[in-house]
Amino acid sequence: MEAKTKDLWVFIETNEDGSPKKVGLELLNPGRDLATKQGGKLVGVVIGNNVAEAVEQAGIYGADQVIVIEGPEYQQFTTDAYVNALTYAVEKYAPTTVMIGATPNGRDLGPRFSSRLRTGLTADCTSLDIDEETGNVAWTRPAFGGNLMATIMCPDHRPQCGTVRPGVFKKPEAGENKAEIIREDYHVAPEDIRTCILETIEDAAGEMVDLEGADIIVSGGRGMGGPEGFNTTLKPLADLLGGVVGASRAAVDSGWIAHAHQVGQTGKTVGPKLYIACGISGAIQHVAGMSSSDCIVAINKDEDANIFNIADYGVVGDLYEVVPALTAEIKKLKEA
Amino acid sequence: MNILVCVKQVPDTTQIKIDPVKHTLIREGVPAILNPFDGYALEAAARIKDKNPDTKIVVVTMGPPQAVAVLKECVAIAADKGYLVTGRTFGGSDTLATSYILSHAIKKIEETEGAFDAIFCGKQAIDGDTAQVGPEIAEWLGLPQVTYGLECEAVEGGLKVQKEAENGKQIIGIKFPCLVTFTKPSFDPRYPTIKRKLAANRAKFEQLGDDFDSTMDKAHYGLAGSPTHVKKSFTPPVKQGGIKIKEETGAESAAKLAKILTDNGII
Repeated sequence: MEAKTKDLWVFIETNEDGSPKKVGLELLNPGRDLATKQGGKLVGVVIGNNVAEAVEQAGIYGADQVIVIEGPEYQQFTTDAYVNALTYAVEKYAPTTVMIGATPNGRDLGPRFSSRLRTGLTADCTSLDIDEETGNVAWTRPAFGGNLMATIMCPDHRPQCGTVRPGVFKKPEAGENKAEIIREDYHVAPEDIRTCILETIEDAAGEMVDLEGADIIVSGGRGMGGPEGFNTTLKPLADLLGGVVGASRAAVDSGWIAHAHQVGQTGKTVGPKLYIACGISGAIQHVAGMSSSDCIVAINKDEDANIFNIADYGVVGDLYEVVPALTAEIKKLKEA
Repeated sequence: MNILVCVKQVPDTTQIKIDPVKHTLIREGVPAILNPFDGYALEAAARIKDKNPDTKIVVVTMGPPQAVAVLKECVAIAADKGYLVTGRTFGGSDTLATSYILSHAIKKIEETEGAFDAIFCGKQAIDGDTAQVGPEIAEWLGLPQVTYGLECEAVEGGLKVQKEAENGKQIIGIKFPCLVTFTKPSFDPRYPTIKRKLAANRAKFEQLGDDFDSTMDKAHYGLAGSPTHVKKSFTPPVKQGGIKIKEETGAESAAKLAKILTDNGII
């Protein structure tokens, strides 16, 4: 299709309670920059049920315009309802660029939506820019398990689309909400939704872990040597700092901790303020999931471990000595 | 039941190293393997066949002629038959173009094998990591989809798929025909048996070449038919290691670290 505007759209994914997922607000940050360079508006697209909060937040975090598609059929994500709704809106307004957070739902929706419009999509981007020569979005993403970065463009098809990793960009500064709200009365008939959510099994309270939203993550790897240390050694430090416990694939594959805690290529991609890697060697697949952390601390016995190459602070030592001492020390400093 | 599993031969990305001087990928000596996620998709099909022995499992791959190796491997593990889609004009296809070719190949294969009830794919291939081809095939074929599947069971007229969701799992009901992509389950996929391996070595695989379907529109595949183009590729900048702390004892190192983190306002 032809773009009718120079606008850049950010899909604001919502939770079942109508609040926005963090990544949608994060994308308003690079979205603002790219929209300005493209010479168009920054538009938030909110799909969900009772989404007043998401609409408000999209405005506060900088959208010039918010397009809202609301209805009970959107309360829980289904591919058909969301793809139909997003396609409808994109065909009506014809923006030049669409960005979607690379959450599990976003990566289900993205390729389905872009292929319906017969346009290109770049998945799981970690860096965005406008190509000076052509004005196209230059989407940069890791491939080969993080060993290679590729910059991809979609020169002749519109809209140019990409999914962008959560945690890579920071939310913009909150400001005055000046967004124009446009409501689209678009609904999807029940028979057009071809999947049915029969059951939702939430992780047990003890297993619930919001890695992507966490400011501090204390992660354990093969060097943990067994399951016990996650609770007895890492969790006290994470609790003290108001953070959560993560893990490398080696620890998860050994059955020491649930997959929900896994950081890396086959786990979650995270970007906390502080990432403490304990007994993690730093395989590229792990690094791909945490290298955008603001500050990385590594604690490892092996002085030659790869993780030290990317750590801001590296402690050479036994994690079972260092971590409890660190916990005690921080407690002391906090009380002082 | 009639199940098609789409598979890809990929370099084992866990064994790729970077040339420290030229900053390029060292591909020599890196083994070509069955994409692990496709192995999970095959296992899901095999588990359905365990319970429903009249199930037929067909595999398809697109790639160079040597990609036939993964078809052999799939037959050794659980598949009944395999097809190789290979052609020079298919080269340079991005995900949309690849899914266009595959969707046509699937229709072609259905002429011989009968209509597929379900198409299974790996969530993503470990070389490209896009997770796009599965949903895009579903779109070209107009099928409903479930992504991030962990395991599934056949029920009357469809599947019950357990999938990974953001805060746990979901069970999704989906009717045939449909497409499901699979991620890593909690169990290990089965290994080939000796007997199946021998049979796989003798197996012949039909090839679908450049002209397998004259109705395909060249504007939709190959480099020229791909909406996305790689502008450049590069190895990620190596972040320089920071400050190393190595005191006499773990406690001393911890104290030093705690002070640094506090002084710099990190905690």
